[in-house]
Amino acid sequence: MNIKGLLAAAGLATGLATAAAAQDDPTKVGFIYVGPIGDGGWTYEHDKARLAVEEHFGDKVETVYQESVPEGADAERAITQMALQGADLIFTTSFGFMEPTLTVARKFPDVKFEHATGYKTLPNVSTYSARFYEGRAVQGHIAGKMTESDIIGYIASYPIPEVIRGINSAFVHAREANPDVEFKIIWAYTWFDPAKEADAATALIEQGADVILQHTDSTAPHAAAEKAGDVVTFGQASDMAEYKPFPRVSSIIDNWAPYYIDRVQAVMDGTWESQQVWHGIDEGMVEIGEITDAVPDEVKQEALALKESMASGEYHPFTGPLKKKDGSAWLAEGETASDETLLGMDFYVEGLEADIPQ
Amino acid sequence: MLRLERRPQPSRLWTWLAPLLAVLATMVAGGLLFALLGKNPYEAVATIFWEPLFGEFASYYRPQLLVKGAPLVLIGIGLGLGFRAGIWNIGAEGQYIVGALTGAGVGLAVYPLDAWFVFPLMVIAGALGGWAWAMIPALLKVRFGTNEILVSLMLVYVAEELLAAMALGPMKNPEGMGFPGSRNLQQYPAAHNAEILTGTGMHWGVVAALIAVIFAYVLLGRHILGYHIRLSGQAPRAARFAGVRPARLVLTCLGISGALAGLAGMFEVSGPAGQVSIDFNVGYGFTAIIVAFLGRLHPAGIALAGLLMALTYIGGEIAQSNLGLPAAAIQMFQGMLLFFLLAVDLFTNFRVRLRKTEVA
Repeated sequence: MNIKGLLAAAGLATGLATAAAAQDDPTKVGFIYVGPIGDGGWTYEHDKARLAVEEHFGDKVETVYQESVPEGADAERAITQMALQGADLIFTTSFGFMEPTLTVARKFPDVKFEHATGYKTLPNVSTYSARFYEGRAVQGHIAGKMTESDIIGYIASYPIPEVIRGINSAFVHAREANPDVEFKIIWAYTWFDPAKEADAATALIEQGADVILQHTDSTAPHAAAEKAGDVVTFGQASDMAEYKPFPRVSSIIDNWAPYYIDRVQAVMDGTWESQQVWHGIDEGMVEIGEITDAVPDEVKQEALALKESMASGEYHPFTGPLKKKDGSAWLAEGETASDETLLGMDFYVEGLEADIPQ
Repeated sequence: MLRLERRPQPSRLWTWLAPLLAVLATMVAGGLLFALLGKNPYEAVATIFWEPLFGEFASYYRPQLLVKGAPLVLIGIGLGLGFRAGIWNIGAEGQYIVGALTGAGVGLAVYPLDAWFVFPLMVIAGALGGWAWAMIPALLKVRFGTNEILVSLMLVYVAEELLAAMALGPMKNPEGMGFPGSRNLQQYPAAHNAEILTGTGMHWGVVAALIAVIFAYVLLGRHILGYHIRLSGQAPRAARFAGVRPARLVLTCLGISGALAGLAGMFEVSGPAGQVSIDFNVGYGFTAIIVAFLGRLHPAGIALAGLLMALTYIGGEIAQSNLGLPAAAIQMFQGMLLFFLLAVDLFTNFRVRLRKTEVA
């Protein structure tokens, strides 16, 4: 085809696209982010899913977003603004956006809202979250096998059920892999702060930890581990592949794209309904990043088998017998934890030496 | 050769011209920045300054200007008084947090008591909390000669830790399923700092800011304390001869600014924010420093500057979601404002002289 032909074809295509848009207004989807897109972790993955929505629906959607929105009064304005500007569906992607989301949702009954990691709903507000504790089980197993000092460091963010669940799940499976394992936990009180995370990692390494798990989003702990030389780390929220194959030996990846595409489709079809979903490895919301060759093949196979057993539903990471830290009974032999207990989890399992900060 | 020469008196014209020029320069430089990011600079700048005031949804944004501006003005007024006297309270953010904690603390302690005096008690507690937090650097300065800039700033980080501890511990919502954060005061009518007229954005914090502006104006113009403040800033030695007791002035200025910052925090936590949460503070205490200087440390100027800052915040948010501008670009835009103000301010105290190079 010659140049003229190309131009004509392009012109025609543009014309068609405009016509299509004019016939049917694109569905407008808004995203409220708690951090900068460049955090490489939590917000980065949500934005990746936003781009996936754009790619999937093409001209049929228009997406808008606002990053680094403080939780509180400013969030309410940011969400209102998106609703005013005609968004049909708004994803608010942090726990702290719960109250502002509900407040705005009451004022805009025709707009649909999706709030990540919360627990309150309305007829036009859904909640969604991922069973990251399934991924933590895999991490815990690998960590228990990899440690030589028997000390595993854990950089925790805030003492909320989500984080405590992760610590418990990792600990249970690390102990299963290695009964001598101990956990040292540092609370960073941040989701993303490279300087604080690096300090925490260094402190843990100095206390003898040779495996570090993190519930914070930056790669700073990986850099600290790399400097120390023989410390194992895991990617958090995103793959953090730049530290492959060592110190980063695997990762938990949040994959929001299938859910977001699903929900946008539901709005387009008019089938959207309020719901509370909690998806795991099975639905693909929680992914396990490549387990590198730094992990012995035998351990890798065990980890993959563990992952499969959770995906198929034959194994639950919290299966009895399990006791609480204070020695009281929690789960009897063969009993599995209910979602309700897990969602409000505010206790450690037996064997963890630390206390949850109050 | 160009040479700077100190003016015998700060130029009155330049004092008021500087902020306007700084805003213009920010628009131009900000426009360039936006153009480099591939956005239409005219559209971006217009969105920031025009949209919240006269755009399609102005009826929603105009009240929000008051909501966003009130804490800035309230804190800025207090800081301005101190800055005039050469007393540098940099830690208003910390006093803001502590005021919110003490104010909300009273409300949460008596929950669910439904009585008219709950809110007034919270107001008093908020002011006292901020005042007490500011007394730490004040007393240390008076007693041991410590630097109030450092001490007040450091106390911000202490206050942040305190905030986290409160949100996770004593003030945690018992019905919150273990999640951090207090009860929502918006759902507790006796403690709710609600809008006085629905849809106007006018809550008690806005009223307090207005009163503070008038109070500061009268104080500086008509009261002996205002005279002492001005004198101490302009001529510390002369002030001493005039009978100003520096220690008392430090306590008074830090006390007032602390109490006002505490009030701002209290009105915010019981109104727009609603709850004590880990990330409750969003930097009003620091932004108010810019507001105080942009307003020339003059009460009326601070009120205008507070509204202008609020405008860039709200307009900036609109530009973010409408034009896809990154948040960092908006923050740079706001930072430029102070930067250019400081630059242009040079001409208030200096004039440029063209001079022949002298032969050595």
